[in-house]
Amino acid sequence: MGAAVFFGCAGIAFGPALALVLLTVAAEPLRVIILVAGAFFWLVSLLLASLIWFISVHLSDQGNAKLQYGLLIFGAAVSVLLQETFRFAYFKLLKKADEGLATISEDGQSPISLKQMAYVSGLSFGIISGVFSVINILADSIGPGIVGIHGDSQYYFITSAFLTMAIVLLHTFWGVIFFDACEKRRYWCLGLVVTSHLVTSGLTFLNPWYEASLVPIYIITIGMGIWAFYTAGGSFHNILKCLSCEQEDDSRVMMYSALQVPFED
Amino acid sequence: MITFMNNSDSEDEPCNERTSLMSAESPPVPSYQDGMQASETGEAQTHRKRQTGSSRSPNNVAEGNVSDSGVRVRESPLDNEEEELTLKYGAKHVIMLFVPVTLCMIVVVATIKSVRFYTEKNGQLIYTPFSEDTPSVGQRLLNSVLNTIIMISVIVVMTVFLVVLYKYRCYKFIHGWLILSSLMLLFLFTYIYLGEVLKTYNVAMDYPTVILVIWNFGAVGMICIHWKGPLQLQQAYLIMISALMALVFIKYLPEWSAWVILGAISIYDLIAVLCPKGPLRMLVETAQERNEPIFPALIYSSAMIWTVGMAKPDTAARGPSQQTWDADGRENHGSPSHLDSQISETSHPITSLEELEEEERGVKLGLGDFIFYSVLVGKAAATPSGDWNTTLACFVAILIGLCLTLLLLAVFKKALPALPISITFGLIFYFSTDNLVRPFMDTLASHQLYI
Repeated sequence: MGAAVFFGCAGIAFGPALALVLLTVAAEPLRVIILVAGAFFWLVSLLLASLIWFISVHLSDQGNAKLQYGLLIFGAAVSVLLQETFRFAYFKLLKKADEGLATISEDGQSPISLKQMAYVSGLSFGIISGVFSVINILADSIGPGIVGIHGDSQYYFITSAFLTMAIVLLHTFWGVIFFDACEKRRYWCLGLVVTSHLVTSGLTFLNPWYEASLVPIYIITIGMGIWAFYTAGGSFHNILKCLSCEQEDDSRVMMYSALQVPFED
Repeated sequence: MITFMNNSDSEDEPCNERTSLMSAESPPVPSYQDGMQASETGEAQTHRKRQTGSSRSPNNVAEGNVSDSGVRVRESPLDNEEEELTLKYGAKHVIMLFVPVTLCMIVVVATIKSVRFYTEKNGQLIYTPFSEDTPSVGQRLLNSVLNTIIMISVIVVMTVFLVVLYKYRCYKFIHGWLILSSLMLLFLFTYIYLGEVLKTYNVAMDYPTVILVIWNFGAVGMICIHWKGPLQLQQAYLIMISALMALVFIKYLPEWSAWVILGAISIYDLIAVLCPKGPLRMLVETAQERNEPIFPALIYSSAMIWTVGMAKPDTAARGPSQQTWDADGRENHGSPSHLDSQISETSHPITSLEELEEEERGVKLGLGDFIFYSVLVGKAAATPSGDWNTTLACFVAILIGLCLTLLLLAVFKKALPALPISITFGLIFYFSTDNLVRPFMDTLASHQLYI
């Protein structure tokens, strides 16, 4: 069971993330730096949230299980809010960096656009969040053990893996939507992102009733994905063009004719 | 230490390759380098020559290939294009350092998590004589502080000794010392490492095979590090010896002493590189005055280095690798060539513009940095709780510290110690993740809650 479950669950949890990183981020140094810095920001938010939870636990009665559960819910909610706050802070930092890069570049344009930065920052939050949630579980899945021996669910590993994949994708989509919303000052979008994050986290409280938690979370993921796609400038037309692998000849013709104009002067 | 390197093509120049800002007078040479620098130099009309200083601390503790990092970059007159060049190259340099640091840490963490030997307590080094097996917390703290004081003093003494030797031009002694240390690392520690790995996986290997493997590994390593060899092989060997050294530290430094030593050594690094009378700074300055490369085997270099005799177009043939030709230009022995420890030759600004100088920008980082980064992450991985989150948090913290240090390097353009920021972040993240985040995440995971 061990190695098979480990590789399977690791593949489920991090397959999309790994593919996205290898295909889109790994080749560009600037994106890798943004990835690592995003992970750092998420870690700091987690640190603060853990600090708050830790203090609240130690100030309270540790014997009272219901209270502790309540404090856990409180800690999770604080953590979600802090993550979104730090996402905003990262947006501010990246915006400044974008302006800085634009001023020093040769042609006045930054080598990376804000939309790309939004995507990479969302991906970074997703990866680090997923890793922190599931890596200890994966490490335990190698070793000898019996799943759910005390009456818990048998499907712990695989559902954790699917939840992690959903979280990774969700963070990516949230990143895109969030940055766009901040850029265009659409605060209702921001509110919706934060709310959906809280709802997602809240739905996981229904575990191990997986039908009630996994299915809605995936519905939210797909919904966010479509929203992020449209926010990033995608459209049905784009998908069709991409799938049909057409060459874009007309635009090139335009460019050449545009080039000729100065010579005639 | 982090240094930028510039390579110049022309051998005929009397001085070394560092020249002041000059414009390219010939079209850019074809990509005899990896292509990246060629295209970049093609873009820019000015080349920035930087003198890089590296501070190294020949912390020859026991084995002694610990070097501190300090990077000194001195620049010739800058202008906007140079600023741009720096930042354009900046991201690439950061990645050029992320990759080896990550690889070293991966090797160390993989070993710690799988091979029991390096987490077992089997005595201590003579540099940390006080034991931590004391009943009271206060006594333990006191012992660890005393251990740290002794260790740091040893390091300071060795560094000062090295600087004195360098000042009085006792090159043979220094080279002999470095060769002995790398011999010990490449042969003895590799043999022990191989033995432990084989024991862990219960694989039998006969002595003749072991002798063959170790002999080849060690001999090629010595050649690559101290003489000439393909750049990537040299980089790989430097990563491996840093990892081995870090594993030795992780095994033999007691728990609390290790953390206090990490903190103290980053403070020492800060002082030694930035203070005017710091030993590392003096080393760098002396090397710069003499236009000499610094010692081999103490610095990791990320730039392209060409080996002599590589078949290339004629421009390439003229192009010296920074280190190779530095050495050959000044001192006619081949040894310092592949050692990255050199700070780039510092040159007094040369105003005569020669033909196009190919600028190879690379960054150098001292091996001591690799070692202490890996010690931090390895210690985080060796915690009894077996938590992976702590290891990852320290890893991210160190990378961000390195990134910030490189940013500061680009801004200040002088030798900078690479330890303080990374180690500070690493320590903060280690203690906070281990004590605060771990219980939180464990509690969440036990209820299968996701945040």
